[in-house]
Amino acid sequence: MSKELIRLADISMAYDGEVVLNNINLYINDSEFLTLLGPSGCGKTTTLQIIGGFVKPTAGSVLFDGVRINDIPPHKRQVNTVFQRYALFPHLDVYDNIAFGLRIAKLGEDEIAKRVTEMLEVVGMRGFEERKVDNLSGGQQQRIAIARALVNRPKVLLLDEPLGALDLRLRKDMQVELKRIQQQMGITFIFVTHDQEEALTMSDTIVVMDKGEIQQIGTPEDIYNEPKNAFVADFIGESNILDGIMRADRVVEFFGRRFACVDEGFGKDEAVDVVIRPEDVDIVPADGGHLCGTVTSVTFKGVHYDIIVDFHGFKWLIQTTDYQPVGAVIGIRLNPEDIHIMKRSKYSGMFGDYSSYSAEYDEIGDAALAEELEAEEDGE
Amino acid sequence: MKKASKIITVVVFIFLYVPMLVLMVGSFNSGSDLVVFKGFTIENYKALFADRVLLPLLLNSLIISVIASLASTVLGTAATLGIQRMGKKMRRFTMFMTNIPMTNPEIVTGVSLALLFAFAGQLMKIKSILGFWTLLIAHITFNLPYVILSVQPKLTQMDPNLTKAAMDLGCTPVQAFFKVVLHEIFPGIVSGALMAFTMSLDDFVISYFVYGPNFVTLPVEIYNYTKKPLHPKIYALFTLLFLAILLVMLVMNILQARDTARHRNPRLKAKAGQPTV
Repeated sequence: MSKELIRLADISMAYDGEVVLNNINLYINDSEFLTLLGPSGCGKTTTLQIIGGFVKPTAGSVLFDGVRINDIPPHKRQVNTVFQRYALFPHLDVYDNIAFGLRIAKLGEDEIAKRVTEMLEVVGMRGFEERKVDNLSGGQQQRIAIARALVNRPKVLLLDEPLGALDLRLRKDMQVELKRIQQQMGITFIFVTHDQEEALTMSDTIVVMDKGEIQQIGTPEDIYNEPKNAFVADFIGESNILDGIMRADRVVEFFGRRFACVDEGFGKDEAVDVVIRPEDVDIVPADGGHLCGTVTSVTFKGVHYDIIVDFHGFKWLIQTTDYQPVGAVIGIRLNPEDIHIMKRSKYSGMFGDYSSYSAEYDEIGDAALAEELEAEEDGE
Repeated sequence: MKKASKIITVVVFIFLYVPMLVLMVGSFNSGSDLVVFKGFTIENYKALFADRVLLPLLLNSLIISVIASLASTVLGTAATLGIQRMGKKMRRFTMFMTNIPMTNPEIVTGVSLALLFAFAGQLMKIKSILGFWTLLIAHITFNLPYVILSVQPKLTQMDPNLTKAAMDLGCTPVQAFFKVVLHEIFPGIVSGALMAFTMSLDDFVISYFVYGPNFVTLPVEIYNYTKKPLHPKIYALFTLLFLAILLVMLVMNILQARDTARHRNPRLKAKAGQPTV
């Protein structure tokens, strides 16, 4: 793996006594695509602003290439930012927007023209040089914002929820596009989002944050398959989280029944959180399963059905391609690798119960974003 | 209902503009009595432009208005930038304090400024402190809130990330202001300056308390004329002043209309759904 570029050491941040970041430790490698992922108010944007130099941490150090940069103002950092809602300069056209940083750096106009053209090529916006930025669509403005930042050849590009304002289709295209640009330029991207799917699609490393603390750092696969606590398990994808007891290595007991699993290293009879992903559950006839439950709701999701199944009063979400009618009694089988065991945490018992399931769970993320945007406007 | 409101509108406009109309007609009247129109003439205008007293006073007024409006525009804009960076509570308090002088009776402002200048004059041992400088200071003082009030909304409207983006791209905070922020709030600055200019040009009450014998502005001098019958050339002067202010207001409105059009466009587009690239 490549060398370390940025390190946040014991970073804490408080506004008016309210703690926003609590003892953040994080290192970021050169040419890595790292995502800060978390719900609104988790401190991810503040972390980004600390790296960009717009916010000074209350405590701790920011190291860049081993040098402490806490006191270096934004305009002297080798970092550029793509802002939420782009922040393109309305009084300049596309070309002048991209050339802005180079002109401040007093480069020759020939060199500027060469680099701006090159960047327009990278983001696929050749021919738009003279356009007013107000007359561009959201996706186009997005590309110009990326070009305006990258043309300065920063070592790190910071992206603050840059896809939040785009519609779904365009967002998916831009995810692929961003990953391509990152690989083509070979520089570090630090990406902030509340959208777990975005994070899983693009990142080399995901940092899951909540309430000003890092919950887990890992590759997308790690985070999805081996979540560290109930918060991560619930925030990344859907999870059924049950109370269990480790009876021995690779043996867990829940619902009064012992299951084989693949986790070890817990204390004997230690209380644990058991995660079962809705897509990992195999549905079998009622008499042939480990557990037997009643279907209470069915929602068609396109690729699969979301069904809610009541097991002894605890409701699970199960995703299946086989239609099961409401009221059907079904059995399920769990293979050892379908069961993931987590240590108890302060999040235990807060997530993973689908008793109050609503078919609109997809929209919760959008509502949270709208709230976040509002909160930000209030803060300004 | 519609008809009634139309009638009311017409009546209001009559009350507003008929006096001006009478004045304008009077300025072309060959007789000196406003009530009887004797015949059309431009003699009054000729007399006005030949007047050796009024014209220098008009120049005085222009000098004060131009300097005062420029100075208050610079100061007010700087103040607005500062106010914008305050915390919410402090900002609200400051804006409240800024607005008071506008609603404060002018005569109170005038008298208190006169007292302040008298006090300062005594401290500095200057016998007749009232004159150009006191007028200028007074005008800058009462202009400031108008500038702040017209610049502030522009600054609030602006995406705060624009300043950050400029600094991110290598600007010092000062560069960021001149290269980005200034462009964004410029319409507010212009309308603030124009408003200050018009307020300054026609101010009588405050000026009356702080002018000195060696520097008199036009409105103050004209007040002295009203004790005896007015010469029709004064009507001519008023007509010209009215037209000048009207022109300034027109320019201001055109600027504002253009600005709102510019700000409305992107929003409309966002609502209509953004076309893919």
